[in-house]
Amino acid sequence: MKEFGNTGNLRLGRRSLLQSLGVAAIGISFGGLAACSKEAAKDAAKTGGTTKIAPTGEEPKLNFYNWDTYIGETTLADFKGAGGADVNMTLFASNDELFAKLRAGNAGYDVIVPSNDFVERMAGADMLIPLDHAQIPNFQNIAPEYQDVAYDPKRKHSMPYTWLTLGIGYRKSKVKAVPDSWKVLFDSDEYKGRIAVLSEAGDMFRLYAKYLGKSVNGLTKDDIKLIEAMMIKQKPNFKAFHEDNGQDLLLKGEVDLVLEYNGDIAQAMAEDDDIGFVLPKEGSQFNSDNLCIPKGAPRPKNAHAFINYLLDAEAGKKITETILYPTPNAAAKALMPDDYKNNPVIFPAAELMAKCEYAKYNPELQPLYEEAFTRVRAS
Amino acid sequence: MALQDWKQHKRPFAAIASGPLLWLFLFFLVPMTIVWLYSFGQNSGPADINITGTLDNYKRATEWLYLSIFGKSLAVAALVTLICLVIGFPVAMAITFAPEKWRPWLLVAIMLPFWTNLLIRTYALMMLMGSNGYANQGLGAMWEGASWLKTMVGLQPLEAWTPVQLLYNNFAVVLGLVYVHLPFMVLPLYSALDRLDKSLIEASLDLGAGHLKTLFTIVVPLAGPGIMAGVMITLIPALGAYLTPDLMGGTDSQMIANVIERQFKRANDWPFGAALSFLLIYAMFILVALQSLRGDRTKTGER
Repeated sequence: MKEFGNTGNLRLGRRSLLQSLGVAAIGISFGGLAACSKEAAKDAAKTGGTTKIAPTGEEPKLNFYNWDTYIGETTLADFKGAGGADVNMTLFASNDELFAKLRAGNAGYDVIVPSNDFVERMAGADMLIPLDHAQIPNFQNIAPEYQDVAYDPKRKHSMPYTWLTLGIGYRKSKVKAVPDSWKVLFDSDEYKGRIAVLSEAGDMFRLYAKYLGKSVNGLTKDDIKLIEAMMIKQKPNFKAFHEDNGQDLLLKGEVDLVLEYNGDIAQAMAEDDDIGFVLPKEGSQFNSDNLCIPKGAPRPKNAHAFINYLLDAEAGKKITETILYPTPNAAAKALMPDDYKNNPVIFPAAELMAKCEYAKYNPELQPLYEEAFTRVRAS
Repeated sequence: MALQDWKQHKRPFAAIASGPLLWLFLFFLVPMTIVWLYSFGQNSGPADINITGTLDNYKRATEWLYLSIFGKSLAVAALVTLICLVIGFPVAMAITFAPEKWRPWLLVAIMLPFWTNLLIRTYALMMLMGSNGYANQGLGAMWEGASWLKTMVGLQPLEAWTPVQLLYNNFAVVLGLVYVHLPFMVLPLYSALDRLDKSLIEASLDLGAGHLKTLFTIVVPLAGPGIMAGVMITLIPALGAYLTPDLMGGTDSQMIANVIERQFKRANDWPFGAALSFLLIYAMFILVALQSLRGDRTKTGER
């Protein structure tokens, strides 16, 4: 139980440094966890991945720039134990931070973990090295639907690490019916003052597009105007625009409905039976985090070996056990227990998934979303 | 022993000053100039900015939408400063007139919050003020107590307690900002009041002025420079606050710094963000300039 609780609190920190600091601030001890990882590291060698790592001829070091608590507890030690490089992991809290840091030049990172739209943005800005698939044979472990994606055709620059989708987290005892439509959040005063939505303008506009039956990538300027008016009308019913800490607001009872990622709500559900998650019937937006090698990486061969290792079935399973996010790694998923594989929050029904789309990076629309959202918040 | 004039000792002066000046130049002026240049540019790619000399960013930044947010931020910051002054002045007075041996401890108490990161303090405040937070729990307990008392004397009990909405509105933002900025107000006020010649107060009281009259005609004018320093040092960071409105604000609590932050991060529109930042900097320059002008005038007026 203690172990589980710790894992959970760590996962809350996935998207935001603010949250993980918040967790630390309210005094949850990480001591127990440190003890676990030490113990686990002891038998790392025998339970590590099956992938063999040949010497790359490079200095056996690697700089890994990752989200907080987004790796298996022993993965880095296992990699080293299997003959890989000594991995030095540093953390970022948002894609913006990652992008801002690399835009001025690579300070020595070998592997980074941007989300799909940032893969597109960084590839467009020539900030990523094309991957050599011959050095990543474990790519075959990836489920077919993630092997070729619109944001990175033929996986030229990125390997999928996790994916997630936005939906509605809710407190079961406080809703009349399962809120299975965006209408409940976006176009109804049924739950006035008990709703929190994301403060990310792009996501908000794209999900409104879904509610209106449009593609997340098919918005026009007129649509933006229409959605802006809808948001202004709905604003009195919102309690807050949250900074991706919706699961906390839900757990603390600040709100009863929240727009949040499935992975985050899955965790809240593990802590509180009264919490549910639904992927609205109109469909939603996919996000995916990806392993990439930034331009100027000092040790590209080690980076390839490390990415290959992370895509290993056994290593992938151990990562998934810790972070509990949906994995695109079919071989790793097959090794997971049924309560993960068959969890409808982590893996929503196929017909709903078919209605979800990846958001494309759109440099023309993004400032328009922001400006319209600024107007909404100022109104 | 008068201080020696630096003009007579240029070489030692230059030796001492060049380090800090170089530091200021490299780490303040150069980056600020780059941001200033960005404000005349436009995005030419996800990571490239062309400095074209365009004024479009400023044109956009002076649209009513952004000016109104500037106005609102200024109003919030002014209110925060006023509350800090009203609360901080008596505190500073109390420390000044406290027994000598207590004073260092009282000052440490004022500075104690700085030992913890702003973010942690904000989260702590949120824990306190949430719908099910400690403040509401306390109020709820008192409410139930009152209800119980009523039933004891044979009256109808009060209706069920509904939590007070303390978080996620403008009240929370003002309260959070006051909480954070109060030490900035108390410290300059204390240093001004501490230097004040206490015999002037005694003279005023001896000559028949009441306590209030002494406060407003003797203490406040003499502490004027300290008050102005406190006001500036509170107003300017409050105007640029973004963490508190982000975390504690409601749906309409955005301040100009939140808008600027979004330009640099999510919108990836650095030129526009730079223009907004520089408008804010110009506004602050004007405030500071007005203050020093005022200072000059009162000085010449006195002579």
